[in-house]
Amino acid sequence: MIYLQLFWEFFKTGLFAVGGGMATLPFLQAIGESTGWYSYTDLMNMLAVSESTPGPIGINMATYVGFTAAGIPGAVVATVGEVTPSIIVILIVAAILQQFRNSETVNRAFYGLRPASTGLIGAACGAVILEVLTHVEKAAQGGGLWNRFVLEGEALFRWPGLLLAVVLLVLTNWVPKVKKFHPIVFIGLSAVVGVAFGFASL
Amino acid sequence: MNEKSRFQMLWSLFWTFAKMGVMTFGGGMAMLPILQREVVDNKAWATEEELTDYYAIGQCTPGIIAVNTATFIGQRQAGVAGGIAATLGVVFPSVVIISLLAGLITNFSHLEWVKNAFAGIQVCVCVLIFNAVVKLLKKSVVDKRTAAIFLLVLVGSLFLNLSPVWFVILAALAGIALKTLEVRRS
Repeated sequence: MIYLQLFWEFFKTGLFAVGGGMATLPFLQAIGESTGWYSYTDLMNMLAVSESTPGPIGINMATYVGFTAAGIPGAVVATVGEVTPSIIVILIVAAILQQFRNSETVNRAFYGLRPASTGLIGAACGAVILEVLTHVEKAAQGGGLWNRFVLEGEALFRWPGLLLAVVLLVLTNWVPKVKKFHPIVFIGLSAVVGVAFGFASL
Repeated sequence: MNEKSRFQMLWSLFWTFAKMGVMTFGGGMAMLPILQREVVDNKAWATEEELTDYYAIGQCTPGIIAVNTATFIGQRQAGVAGGIAATLGVVFPSVVIISLLAGLITNFSHLEWVKNAFAGIQVCVCVLIFNAVVKLLKKSVVDKRTAAIFLLVLVGSLFLNLSPVWFVILAALAGIALKTLEVRRS
């Protein structure tokens, strides 16, 4: 029953992804790997669309992934699954607001959770960079404990992509005024570059 | 509250948060100024201080920050039903817009120029995620121990075929253990 599985996978994502929309990315990667509903590349496209449309990124991604897996009912089920833990947790926290705010245990847990969440997103970022900018593929080996990294093709780097990445990195971090632009500007620019140079076949 | 005004309150929560869902472009952080205008100035559902409080709690509870904040404000106005109405409101536009777009994109994804555009966009997404990680690093890695947790999770998650759930549970326990030891020692 795909709807039940979707709900459960997104319930887990909503419950364990700490730190907002981007924190759901490693979970979505893991769902793609274990179910085969979509590839890394599909997920990247979904993330790009989610960043360029109205609405919180995390919700947009849940809706998109759900739609990819099982159409419009899938989109609804995935989104409801992702927000259900939020509703439960927040209702509990609201009831014990004072204790929650002063809780030493919660503070201590978050001391460990924050860097871990960053580490998870960092690893997702690493996998995505390997996929898009190099010919190295990360492959979970038939349910084994270790991931394998395989070189597909002769060259290590995809040079045109790497060049564009460096330009974007400079634009988004070090060029005054330009770096304040909304991500949609850079996404649009990259789409134009992709079409102009035929990126899909490079 | 009588039956009619209660329904009006729930509808108002749903509608206000649906409007905010449409206006939020890019997620949690982008939502704060819009929340301030709608929730504090227009509706007076919370004071500036309360909103900052809800927002801070939304950031340090699991899930999407915008959803957590919406649930909180809704709950304060009209209990459990209010929390659910506000949450459904904030996700409603996403479900509609993305479902429409996703259907459209699926129909055109075989076209050569669409493939090329997305190949370019994927590079941009890499950079955007990388920037997000750098930003998060500055906030979350504050000393040697948090740096160690970050590196362990980064390497572990990249090389081990293990659900992120385990890393989250272990990191929370590690945080509690490390801080508790520190307090005992001093």
